[in-house]
Order: sequence, then C-alpha cells, then structure tokens
Amino acid sequence: MRNILKTGLAAFAAGTLSIGLAQAEPVKVGMITTLSGGGAGLGVDVRDGFMLAVKQVGNDELEVIVEDDARKPELAVQIADKMLQSDKVDILTGIIWSNLAMAVVPNTVNQGTFYISPNAGPSQLAGKMCNENYFNVAWQNDNLHEAAGAYANSAGHKNVFIMAPNYPAGTDALTGFKRMYEGELAGEVYTQLGQTDYAGEIAQIRDSGADAVFVFLPGGMGIAFTKQYAQAGVGAPLIGPAFSFGQDILGAVGDAALGVKNTSQWSKDIDNETNKAFVESFQAEYGRLPSLYASQGFDTANLILSAMEKADVKDKDAFRAALKEADFKSTRGDFKFGNNNHPIQDIYVREVVKEGDVLTNKIIGVALEDHQDAYAAECGM
Amino acid sequence: MSTALLIEQILNGLQFGVMLFLMAAGLTLIFGVMGLINLAHGSLFMVGAFACAAVAAATGSFWLGLVASLAAAAAAGAVIEILVIRRLYDRDHLDQVLATFALILIFSEGTRWVFGSFPLYLDIPPLLSGAVRLPGGASYPLYRLAVIGVGVAVAVGLYLLISRTRLGMRIRAGESDREMIAALGVDIRTLYTLVFALGAALAGLAGALVGALQSVQVGMGEPVLILAFVVIVIGGIGSIKGALIGSLLVGVTETLGRFLLPRFFAVFIEPSDAAAIGAAIASMLIYIVMALVLAVRPQGLFSANG
Repeated sequence: MRNILKTGLAAFAAGTLSIGLAQAEPVKVGMITTLSGGGAGLGVDVRDGFMLAVKQVGNDELEVIVEDDARKPELAVQIADKMLQSDKVDILTGIIWSNLAMAVVPNTVNQGTFYISPNAGPSQLAGKMCNENYFNVAWQNDNLHEAAGAYANSAGHKNVFIMAPNYPAGTDALTGFKRMYEGELAGEVYTQLGQTDYAGEIAQIRDSGADAVFVFLPGGMGIAFTKQYAQAGVGAPLIGPAFSFGQDILGAVGDAALGVKNTSQWSKDIDNETNKAFVESFQAEYGRLPSLYASQGFDTANLILSAMEKADVKDKDAFRAALKEADFKSTRGDFKFGNNNHPIQDIYVREVVKEGDVLTNKIIGVALEDHQDAYAAECGM
Repeated sequence: MSTALLIEQILNGLQFGVMLFLMAAGLTLIFGVMGLINLAHGSLFMVGAFACAAVAAATGSFWLGLVASLAAAAAAGAVIEILVIRRLYDRDHLDQVLATFALILIFSEGTRWVFGSFPLYLDIPPLLSGAVRLPGGASYPLYRLAVIGVGVAVAVGLYLLISRTRLGMRIRAGESDREMIAALGVDIRTLYTLVFALGAALAGLAGALVGALQSVQVGMGEPVLILAFVVIVIGGIGSIKGALIGSLLVGVTETLGRFLLPRFFAVFIEPSDAAAIGAAIASMLIYIVMALVLAVRPQGLFSANG
C-alpha cells in the first residue's frame, strides 16, 4: 500500500512539475512529517498550520510535497533521499522527532539544501553540528524545560519531584529543568518510553512529600499520567512543558488537566494581530483549535514565504540571508534568530483552563524573556 | 520506605498483572486451541477501548461503553476469524504472522479513518472514582481495586468454563486432538469462531478498562501485546492457569523492579545515575525472568501439552 501511495505521490509531483515549468520556476518544499502511527496528531497539526499559511498567501510559486515518515528514521531517510535526488526540492521541513531529524538533517544541509525545522531541536544541531543551512523555527529541545525550571523558582517550589522517559530527549528535559531550577529534588525518576501505567511512580511521588512535580511525558504518556495523577489525589501541583498539555491532547485528558502549569513559546491568547487571525482562520478551516505545533507549522511557512519575496531560492547566499532576517509576522510576536539559527524568544507560563466546554491554555506569566539556548556558544557561526 | 508505599506498589503490580491476564488469556486460548499466532490481538484491545470511549461519549455512561466494548471486540473477532483467520489454520506460523500483522495495519488505519489522529477521552465512572483507605495507612484508587476484582472474576469464570461446561470440554478436546473431535461430529468451525470471539471479547474488556486509566489512541495495543506474549511464554502455551500465574509474576516483577532497582543502585552511586541505570535494568527485568524460566522449564511453567 505504501508503494501505491509513493507512486501516486511521484506521479502527482511529476504532474505539477510539468505545469510548473511552463511558468516561472517554483520553490519546491519537501515536507517529511508523521501522519500515521503513534504521534500522528503532531504531524497533522504541523502540516495543517503550514498549508493554512500557504493557502492564505495564495502564492502559486510555492509547491509543497508532503510525505509520511510513520515516525520511522529509516523511512524518513529514504523519503529525504527521494525528495533531494528525484524531486530536487529546494527546502526540506516537517520532521517532528529528534531522532528522525538527526538521521536526515546533517546529510541534507551538507548537500547545500535548506532544512527548516518546525519542531525538533536536538542539542547537537544547535551546538557543535550547527550549519548555515539549518534553521529552527520552534525551539531548541531544552528551552521549554528550562522555562519550567525558572517557573518553579518563581512559584516558590523548593522540593520538586522530576520525571521523564529514559531516552535522549527525556534526559535532556531533566537536564534542562535542573539548569534553571535552584531548589532541592524530592526525587528523580526515569520511566520507560511509551509507558502508560504510572501507578508505581505516583506512589513514589506521594511518599516523597514533594511540593511540586515536573514531568516531561509527550503524547499518550502525558495523557495517561495526568489522568492517573488526578485520580490518585496526591495534591502537589503539576508543571510540564506544553508537549504534555497542548491543544492536541487536552480533550483526551479531560478535567484532570485543569490548573496544570505548562511552559510554551506560543499560546492562543498571545496578543497580536497575526496570532488572532491565525487562531480564527485555523478554527474556520479545520474546525478545531490550533496547538503549538500548528503555530510552528504556520510560522515555518511564513518564514519561507518572506524569504521568497526577498530572494531567489537558487541564489543560496541571498536566500539564506533572507531567511536569517526572519522578516515575517510571527504568531509569537517578536521573533529573531540567534547566531546558531535557533530562535531567541520569550517563553510563557500557561495554565489549563476551561472556556465553555473546551479545555485550553491561558497565559499567566513570562518564564524567560528573550531566551537563547545553552548550546549557542558551542556553535562556530 | 514505608510499608504503606510497599503495599501500594504490590497492589499496583497485581492490578497490572490482572490487566495482562485479560489479554494473555485470550491469546493463549487461541494459540493453544487453534495453534494460531494472532498478532492482531492488540488491535482487538484497541477496538474495545475505542468502542467504550465512543459509546461513553455518546451516552454519558461508562457502563454502556463497557458493554459496547465487549460486543464490538467479540464481533470484530468473529468477523476476522471468518474472513481471514479461518484460512490460516493449516498454514505455517510465518503465514499467520504475516496475515495478522496486515490486520494490525488495517485496524490501525481504519480506526484513524473513523476517529481521527487525536486521542479520545474516556474517564473512570463517578461510582468508582476516589481512593479507599487500606489497613496499614495506605490509600489506593478504588477503580484499580475494581479492576483487580474484575480480573479475579474473569479468572474464576474461565476456570469454571473450561473445566465444568460442555463447551470447555470441547475446547480442551480441540486442543489435544483436532481431527478426532471433528470426526466425532463436533462442529469445529463454529467452536473455533466462538473461542476466537471469546478471546477477542476479553481483549476488548481489557482495552476498555485500561482506556479509562490511560489514553485511548491508535496503536495502544501493541506494547501490551508484546507483554502478553511474554506472559504466555512464561506461563506455558495454552494454559489458562499459566497465563494467570505468568501475568501476576510479570506485573509484580515489573512494578517492583521499577520501584526498587533505582533505590538499590542509589546506595552505591549518584542518585541521578542510579535513576537512569535502575530504570534501564528494570525495563529488562521481565525478559531476564523469561529467560530464567525458559532455561529451567523450556515448555513454560504450566504447559498444557506437557
């Protein structure tokens, strides 16, 4: 079935190519993202946000090819090779997961093709392996966890229990939290990746006497933990990055998430015109509220479109300079790139609230202002 | 470490084990009676959870959802038995694995078509929310206690079904000599469909019960399926008793391992490293137990055919 899909997409790509040649040369963007299997909701949101921006501008010189990586690194590498060699894309984007990004990005940018990340921001690509052709529109992986650590200080928590799955992004999350947090640790626990029953960990949290709990448990893991934590009635407040409390999963968590503090670079109530228009049009187009992933997809597309207005994509140096200027209206308000092409931005603290029947997030403060990642100094650019 | 915490952790282990038993019982029956490796058992678990979440959302009643999960999973089981599985009994295991793996993909993408990519909401019923005080000062969620109760009831029910009823007699007969029971005039095709639907219903029940605790999403069945296979290998293929003992062994080992190993390592090394190393070894622990059991008793603890 996957082969049929591929042939279909290839035929589609060939069709659009012949039309494209009749006009001016279009900018080709290859989007590799997760549209099936676990975690497909994130890829769907990034794609929908991206396509919304493309549709709004109505620029027919931008051509997007979307393919599904099913969260498999080997598949992502195959698709990237195909897009680079036979589709000859100018820009790659779309990857959600850091392990997939590490498999695709270095090879892509070394060949001189741009990669613009709408989500994954592994530390290597922000530090020693930074590249002039690699841009990250979302965040460096540690950012939201650092903000959670800073928030824990300002909220007066002195004895926090921290927990994450035992894989690279999980250890990075706890490292990021501890980089900013100044109090004591009531406990530090690594769970299995994909674990869905947290009764054992919750018993330990209760026993530890922690005054707050920080968890990094993206996707289904976060849903399971938050529900079970509320059912157990432990009482210590819950803090986490937005990944466990985004719009994409709040509906599945239900009222158990009410009052949870989470850190995010975006929220639907950030007060600027672009963001208001984005939230309204996303809801009108897709019938649901956007998540932070959708905002990242939207910003990625607008960054590309802004660069297209200033430079021809075939003139790599001019196009790169145009990207670096980041002269687009971000849903986050102010947006600029640091030396390593990662954002320097404010990170907010949000609280989960109920608006009518819908659970959503509301900004209650700023955790870190104009924050840049900790790896920028290691980057030689 | 207080006794209350230890009691709570042991109960957590039992509850986890009981969930595994609901999955493993169906799997071991199907494997034992029909000689079929059914990788799609995890998909039936998912079907149960989605049916429960959808019906609970539509009617507002968890209990109707639970009934729907049994019905939907049993129906899905019966349909795939008649359409696909029936053609696989005479094939070798590789063909069975291939066909049932295809079923996983079909169920996953089909569910995504119907329900979308985002997880569904399913909460525990109000009647069972809250916690109860246990002797020794521990408090424990009522819902999890109820799950343990359901598991024990299913185990007793299955035992009575297999050992005391005519259907059970036929199932046991089909397990030991398929040709002979067919020659004696028993409708073996219907019997197989029944056993398959029964196994599917148990998986669906497990899915609905777990869905209320965790998240109802596509692909939720596969991690449980792997553990259920570990359970039936430890317990002995085809044995309900083995599945029960194996499930409880795996559940308690897994939970206590996760809890105690990091503490054990913290005696020697930095707490941060101990947490990482302890977690890593804890995730291997049940496979180590499986290897040990297989080394001593290669046919499993209570093999039906040994």
